[in-house]
Amino acid sequence: MNGLEVRGISVRIDGTLIIDGVDCTAPAGTVTALIGPNGAGKSTLLHALAGVLPLDVGADGPVGAGGPGDEGRPPGPAGIRFAGGDLLALPRRARARTLALVEQDAGTELSLTVAEVVALGRIPHQGYFADETDHDRELARAALESVGMTDFADRDVTELSGGERQRVLLARALAQEPRLLLLDEPTNHLDIAAQLTTLRLLAGLAADGVTVVAALHDLTLAAGYSDNVIVLSHGRVVASGPTAETLTPALIGEVYGVEADILRNPRTGRPIVALSPRG
Amino acid sequence: MAKKIWAVTLVAALLASITFAVTFGPANITPVEVWGSIAHHLGFGQSSLPPLRDSIVWELRLPRVLTAAAVGAGLALAGVVMQAITRNPLADPYLLGLSSGASLGAVAVLLLGSALLLPVAAFLGAMVALAATLLLAGAFGRITPGRTVLAGIAVSALAGAVTSLVIFWTVTGDSYREILGWLLGSLAGARWPAVGIGLAAIVVAGIPIMLSGRVLDAFAFGDTSAATLGVNVQATRWIMLTATALLTGAMVSVSGAIGFVGLILPHAVRLLVGPRHRMLLPLSALVGASFLIWADTAARSLFDPRELPVGIVTAIIGAPVFAALLARRRVNS
Repeated sequence: MNGLEVRGISVRIDGTLIIDGVDCTAPAGTVTALIGPNGAGKSTLLHALAGVLPLDVGADGPVGAGGPGDEGRPPGPAGIRFAGGDLLALPRRARARTLALVEQDAGTELSLTVAEVVALGRIPHQGYFADETDHDRELARAALESVGMTDFADRDVTELSGGERQRVLLARALAQEPRLLLLDEPTNHLDIAAQLTTLRLLAGLAADGVTVVAALHDLTLAAGYSDNVIVLSHGRVVASGPTAETLTPALIGEVYGVEADILRNPRTGRPIVALSPRG
Repeated sequence: MAKKIWAVTLVAALLASITFAVTFGPANITPVEVWGSIAHHLGFGQSSLPPLRDSIVWELRLPRVLTAAAVGAGLALAGVVMQAITRNPLADPYLLGLSSGASLGAVAVLLLGSALLLPVAAFLGAMVALAATLLLAGAFGRITPGRTVLAGIAVSALAGAVTSLVIFWTVTGDSYREILGWLLGSLAGARWPAVGIGLAAIVVAGIPIMLSGRVLDAFAFGDTSAATLGVNVQATRWIMLTATALLTGAMVSVSGAIGFVGLILPHAVRLLVGPRHRMLLPLSALVGASFLIWADTAARSLFDPRELPVGIVTAIIGAPVFAALLARRRVNS
């Protein structure tokens, strides 16, 4: 299949199992929202998918070999496949040309300009000693334009607000020309208008064939803008599939411990999640 | 474009610094005579200087100036790399204890009477000191710039004390002068072998570092960010820090532990051309070379005929800059 296919991966940090045998898929050309309460392991899962956190090789042997937790799982090796290939087997630089990760709250103390930060995204495409080409500069400029930050090109990145910096880092990821874009809370620190712009940008990228996986804590944004959801709780996938069918009041109640009602947005027809405390 | 002008200007400044620093001092040697002597010894034409004055240029001042240039360039490069890899604007081979570790290594083999092993022992001393500083900083909790500097001070104090003890115990006569030379740094004894060691370190470690600008740029937003840009973070960190220890060890073995060059010059050059390493690395090397040439010229001529260890001059300039950097950090965080 095209897109992202994850089978039976676990991640252990300092001895604690944070991701516990996750299977999930994110079809190419769609936006998949990764949701779940704080501490569910969303960020850890994204870092593992990006290949920057090592997978835990379990004591139970390979997934699908009939070990515990393998019930109902077709046989096959554990791992992360993208567009039919083993993502983690790719050489680092090739992987960096395939996928980009937008971290949450990444910062720097260096007074780089916004344009210079976006240009960092071209590093995986450049030779070790090579300088930027006009092509690199054009792609960086276009990436900055697509996040609506062109006017900030010459500004010092250390002087930007959190939301502005978030958009610059998204532009840097776009300059990598990824076919798989992983985002950790991309709407954090953003104004409401900028949140909607960012999510529409992600939908546009998906329409161009990019596989987009975004961790989102705002269920209404997830409901309004994602094609699929993966619901994570305590390091396990508790539900996944098309957003409209998966994100039910019962599931939200079970995972978040609140009462939920699904309404319709009168303008877009997309679902809205109305939350109330459990009485 | 402005950056290319800076590059040309700084190369010219370095050549001028070499020429004029050699003329500085008694014997009234002119710049033309300096180049005449250099040309003569390289086999082109005849020096216009009488043999005694020629040997002042060729045997004493020129090797000392060239050693200063190599040491200044090497220490500045080491500072840039350490600041980038540890994401610590206060990182510097002196503050983090590498220079003192290198001094200790060098002094230890001097006792064994093996001058050939001097740079190797200094390199090993720098590596051990670096590892000790990073381990100690980690033992305090999360590695922060402040903790790393504190750990470096502890390592530096210990290595300095042992160095002094070893010299005090073994050198007869002028031991305090020896101690000052190794702890504060001095180029007074630099002759052609020192130039050779310094330039060899620049070629072996400095030039590969200067070509690695894009990789260091990738660390701007941290290790994870560098990894997602396709950089092998662990391997790069170890290769770069080993190269830094190599540079520091080689430089310390010819000059002792000269402080603050690696700290202040990268910051000064960032103000000129910004933080991107493709320009920052070579320009820091150029400015470091010129800076140390003039610091050493001041050290040997300010109180002529008495000579200061050059480390005193660099500390008088560097310590206030260090304080200013600390103050700016407090404002930022």
